[in-house]
Amino acid sequence: MKSLTPEVCQEIDKLLAKYPANQRQSAVISSLMLVQNLNRGSLTTELMDLIADYIRMPKVAVYEVASFYSMFDLQPVGRHKICVCTNISCMLMGSEQVVDYLQDKLGITLGQTTPDRKFTLKSVECLAACGGAPMMQIGDHYYENLSRDKLDTILASLE
Amino acid sequence: MLQNQICYRTLHLPESWTLKAYESAGGYQVWRKILREQTPPEQIIAELKLSSLRGRGGAGFPTGLKWSFINRAAPGQKYVVCNSDEGEPGTFKDRSILLYNPHQMIEGMAIAGYVMGATVGYNYIRGEFVQPGARADAALKEAYAAGLLGNNILNSGFDFNLYNTMGAGAYICGEETALMDSLEGKKGLPRFKPPFPAAHGVYGCPTTINNTETFASVPVILEKGGQWHLEHGKPNNGGFKIFSVSGHVNKPGNYEIPLGTPFMELLELAGGMRDGKKLKAVIPGGSSAPVLPASMMQDITMDYDCLAKAGTMLGSGAVIIMDESTCMVKVLARISEFYAEESCGQCTPCREGTGWMERMLHRILAGQGQISDLDKLDQVAANIMGRTICALGDAAAMPVRSFIKHFRSEFAAYIPNAG
Repeated sequence: MKSLTPEVCQEIDKLLAKYPANQRQSAVISSLMLVQNLNRGSLTTELMDLIADYIRMPKVAVYEVASFYSMFDLQPVGRHKICVCTNISCMLMGSEQVVDYLQDKLGITLGQTTPDRKFTLKSVECLAACGGAPMMQIGDHYYENLSRDKLDTILASLE
Repeated sequence: MLQNQICYRTLHLPESWTLKAYESAGGYQVWRKILREQTPPEQIIAELKLSSLRGRGGAGFPTGLKWSFINRAAPGQKYVVCNSDEGEPGTFKDRSILLYNPHQMIEGMAIAGYVMGATVGYNYIRGEFVQPGARADAALKEAYAAGLLGNNILNSGFDFNLYNTMGAGAYICGEETALMDSLEGKKGLPRFKPPFPAAHGVYGCPTTINNTETFASVPVILEKGGQWHLEHGKPNNGGFKIFSVSGHVNKPGNYEIPLGTPFMELLELAGGMRDGKKLKAVIPGGSSAPVLPASMMQDITMDYDCLAKAGTMLGSGAVIIMDESTCMVKVLARISEFYAEESCGQCTPCREGTGWMERMLHRILAGQGQISDLDKLDQVAANIMGRTICALGDAAAMPVRSFIKHFRSEFAAYIPNAG
């Protein structure tokens, strides 16, 4: 992408409108999320530079933000990011077995992407759904009270 | 026992997150009355002080007092910020407020704006909360359309414009000043205090920041009166609190109950222990709170003062239940891994100490520890405490110290030749 499309600029303008006119940087996190979602789930230097230019902030400040927050991926990822919570409440309820099962089933380890680029498997920190432990997030969705059967059904339902 | 009186009062209604449902439960009546009668802000603050409402995010600071720090008449832009960056391990109450009763949080924020003379508010929602964020967006849209937010609200002459703003994954942004940096589009690094947010908050302007549950508590307290709220708790521990119960229980979930409820009653509400196993330990206020062994839980009541007296804290109200099958070494290693991962790296004691503790604990877990490691762990933890800009350092240290204090023999058993 050599420049942001008019549609993307329009969306970013909506984000900018939430903040004072002299505080454009406030929109950087949501703008990065917007372009990451449009770029198959990851950011590139080119995209970060475009955002920096549009928001009018130093490129390095955008890189800092993109590398600080865990939801930004600076390497290509699979179509579906499987984020398994392995923090304490989920661990007590069997998140290790969830991770083991997914690793076996997908033939990858944590942090890896399947060769067909369909799935990336990640371990993440508490996602605030401990009442439904063990749980994971894929895209916008939370999947709770996971079991092997449930994992099979969820994976099969994803294109 | 009275349940779901405050933040979850709409939960029984169909589509409880809509304006229609909220208004049918009496929602926005307090807001309308305040605007109609132009209630003096001091009166609202006095009612909150009487109610003994304390910050529900973890710190427990008296809300009425916090709201009195910003003078309505002071010139210049002021801000109200809601901390919906729920991330303290074990906590899942604010997500349910955003999902099922977002309007009540909006009403609470609008009232705060009126009291402080802040015409702009931001609700900072953690990035992973895509669906709760969508509910909060839809609720804002409804509130604007009904004329309950915006400029010259209901012809009162008062403006309050509220926006949702999303994070992107960082536990540290739940710390109020890191949240402000994040809101300004930077890395979330906690700021030195003083100056406090009331003097120098978002964009350097006076800012009042509260947790989602705190804001959502305000409309009901003002409707039913501070005295009513106070009477349902214990002195200095007024009112109701949501407890997020997770771990080895039959019915994990959120329970909004009076402060001062005996722990054993809460455990019973949560369906008791799973598989008939025995209780071993409880983390009563999120992973940062010191752990308590089962032997101490019989006499615990779930309130700020009782838990403080027992050497731990109420924190965010996240009650993590562990049964007899739990390996405490493994649990602590996981907790320490979390703090090492989430330390922002700004302060040396936290940046280095959290990594050091994590590595020692994993070494012990791998059967390669030394008995001197146990004292060293405690020492490292003690050297982090009180020596960092924000509370993450203490939050990382407290679990380590308490786990080793209460379960030392279990750690020693992992160490070869420890006798």
